[in-house]
Amino acid sequence: MTSPEQVLARSASSTEAASGSPPGAASWRSRLYRFDMKASPYVFVSPFFVLFAAFTLVPLLYTAWYSLHHVQLSALDHQTWAGLDNYRNLWSSDFFWNALRNTLSIGVISTVPQLLAALGLAHLLNYRLRGSTAWRVVMLTPYATSVAAATLVFTLLYSWDGGMVNWILHFFGVDPVNWRESDWGSRFAVSSIVIWRWTGYNALIYLAAMQAIPADLYESAALDGANRWQQFRHVTVPQLRPTILFTVVVSTIGATQLFGEPLLFGGVSGSKGGSEHQYQTLGLYMYDQGWIIGNLGKASAIAWSMFLILLVVAAVNLLLTRRLRKSP
Amino acid sequence: MRTSIRRSQRLMALAAVAALTTGLLAGCAKDSDDGSSDNSGGGNGSGKGKITLTIGTFGVFGYKQAGLYDEYMKLHPDISVKENVTTRTDVYWPKVLTRLQAGSGTDDIEAIEIGNITEAVQTQADKFVDLGKDVDKSQWLAWKNAQATTKDGKLIGLGTDVGPMAVCYRKDLFQKAGLPTDRTKLAELWKGDWSKYVDLGKQYMRKAPKGTTFVDSASSVYNAAVGGASERYYDKDGNVVWDRSEGVKKAWDAAMTVATSNMSAKLKQFDPTWDQGFANGTFASVACPAWMVGYIEQKSGDSGKGKWDVAAAPAASNWGGSFLGVPTATSHQKEAVALAKWLTAPEQQAKVFAKQASFPSTPSAYPGLKPQADTTAYFSDAPLTQIFSDAAKTIPPQPLGAKDKPIDNAISDIGILQVEQKGKSPSQGWDAATKEIKDVLGQ
Repeated sequence: MTSPEQVLARSASSTEAASGSPPGAASWRSRLYRFDMKASPYVFVSPFFVLFAAFTLVPLLYTAWYSLHHVQLSALDHQTWAGLDNYRNLWSSDFFWNALRNTLSIGVISTVPQLLAALGLAHLLNYRLRGSTAWRVVMLTPYATSVAAATLVFTLLYSWDGGMVNWILHFFGVDPVNWRESDWGSRFAVSSIVIWRWTGYNALIYLAAMQAIPADLYESAALDGANRWQQFRHVTVPQLRPTILFTVVVSTIGATQLFGEPLLFGGVSGSKGGSEHQYQTLGLYMYDQGWIIGNLGKASAIAWSMFLILLVVAAVNLLLTRRLRKSP
Repeated sequence: MRTSIRRSQRLMALAAVAALTTGLLAGCAKDSDDGSSDNSGGGNGSGKGKITLTIGTFGVFGYKQAGLYDEYMKLHPDISVKENVTTRTDVYWPKVLTRLQAGSGTDDIEAIEIGNITEAVQTQADKFVDLGKDVDKSQWLAWKNAQATTKDGKLIGLGTDVGPMAVCYRKDLFQKAGLPTDRTKLAELWKGDWSKYVDLGKQYMRKAPKGTTFVDSASSVYNAAVGGASERYYDKDGNVVWDRSEGVKKAWDAAMTVATSNMSAKLKQFDPTWDQGFANGTFASVACPAWMVGYIEQKSGDSGKGKWDVAAAPAASNWGGSFLGVPTATSHQKEAVALAKWLTAPEQQAKVFAKQASFPSTPSAYPGLKPQADTTAYFSDAPLTQIFSDAAKTIPPQPLGAKDKPIDNAISDIGILQVEQKGKSPSQGWDAATKEIKDVLGQ
């Protein structure tokens, strides 16, 4: 990376050399020029940071402040200092740990199959296909569908009485499953919505990375007698490693924040995540506490706990990335 | 070069992580801007100092549908009315609460749902104009006014509709199951207690037509029964008494009889499957407040025409209803009060009823109420007006509390649902509801 100072030094000296104007004016102009060179980049990037501060940093810090107070949504001005009460409350709350467990389990059963399927699909799309663009567009359509529309359809598919999934299962002699109220059934149903929406997106990312793999690697592998599977296993996957890591990070973040799908899947009382909170994720728990029950202090504490959990996840990811990068 | 790319990638990844996570947190403090804060009014081109009044509502209030805004604008050429609708109350109300407290961004008139009115009375009274001195309070049902009145006698909202309860039932299914189909006879049979209605359900199930059940859900029975109790979650001094309230206990027991038997279709109200239940005629009866009549007609469709009938409920009970309040933050207080007053006047309430069967909270409107002719025909010429006004006049005043709605959710969506759909025992359901309510109240 070249620093702005270096560019500046070079160009500043060249202007001085070229112009034959008096030294005073030249130094003024060069100073102005230098200032321009130094400040402009910051001005150009500032819109992002201004917006970031206004809509992200300030709310973030304000949420931290709230999380240390007892605050009700209906009485925002009457805050009483709570210290770590809200956090202690969460620590001893079954609902919080349940939500955390649900977030993790739904995260795993949605992310793992999703990424594996995406990898397989990308591999298939990487072959010479008739109408490859059409296939790729089709893959991306679920991603372009709104959460609300997708979830509405899935809710109907999974309905207990007369849903298509139960109708198909009955051919295999399976009794109707109450998808929304059963423990694992509901988690599986929510995961399936996530998988459906995001598999194509990840597949396209993998596909892009696959096409950047030099063809001679495959040629030499073929010369060495590697079959298709071995090529995939020993050439494609290692070459995709950084991309896979990227998708893992992004999917993990997405899974931690899972909100829209379970909320809409639950229907009218969606924020409860089922009658036993069997699919209430952390996001839903926060929403329920903050906006339905009106307990903003506690909701803020949940938000910050989620933030800290994500930091831990990010740190673990970073360590893994480093280790994997070092290995050949 | 390679390292610097790596570092910048890592930085990008970190920045992405940070932005995404904080975005989530910010989501809880940010306010969605849907343009409803446009209450600047005046001077938008008309040049005559025309005032724009905005009214914030949720769901379908029916004012626009009944042509009331157009009518008002015709009567008052210097005023234009704009409605800002938010579909869901659970989205609408938090937004209103934050704007009220910020002292800006509110509409000139805000609708308040019954589930939130006590919270508004207890915590936001100083943010609303006292309407008591501008209107003749005796126009409204006494219990309706009481809900919107503060301890020191300030009236913060004018009653719009109320939800007097009746029972809507399928004559054809009742007949097949060998039950009486005459509405007065049925009302006589279950008069006095919702448990008698449930007993009739047991009789229905003995000869139930294939694929049908007596009622849509256990929660609907609970809801109807508890809506007529003289006390439910709070006593009149504001203490939380839900776990020792007679009204809750009786309603719970009736609901448990339904949940542990086969008489419920085990649906959740307002789910798409509930709508399908109407269309396919899978349940024979439902406790229906006045505003649900139109919903049933719409969802059951042509196949249900003339098969539905309406009978008086076992006990007078109320479900739903709203108020119109004027936030002090408005810059057109006088005009807003006048509009709220006009919209809630008996004549206008009668017009809304004619359009979509929202039942007036002003008894003087009752004699002149005319439901739509096809609605009456749809419900076998039942005397809808008579049934609902009799109920409305006998509903007992019921003290409500700030957390009424979350407590109600905990009992219906946690306790009853666990028993009905997860096969838990009633005592397990009760314990789960208790635990949930403790969490709600922060105990």
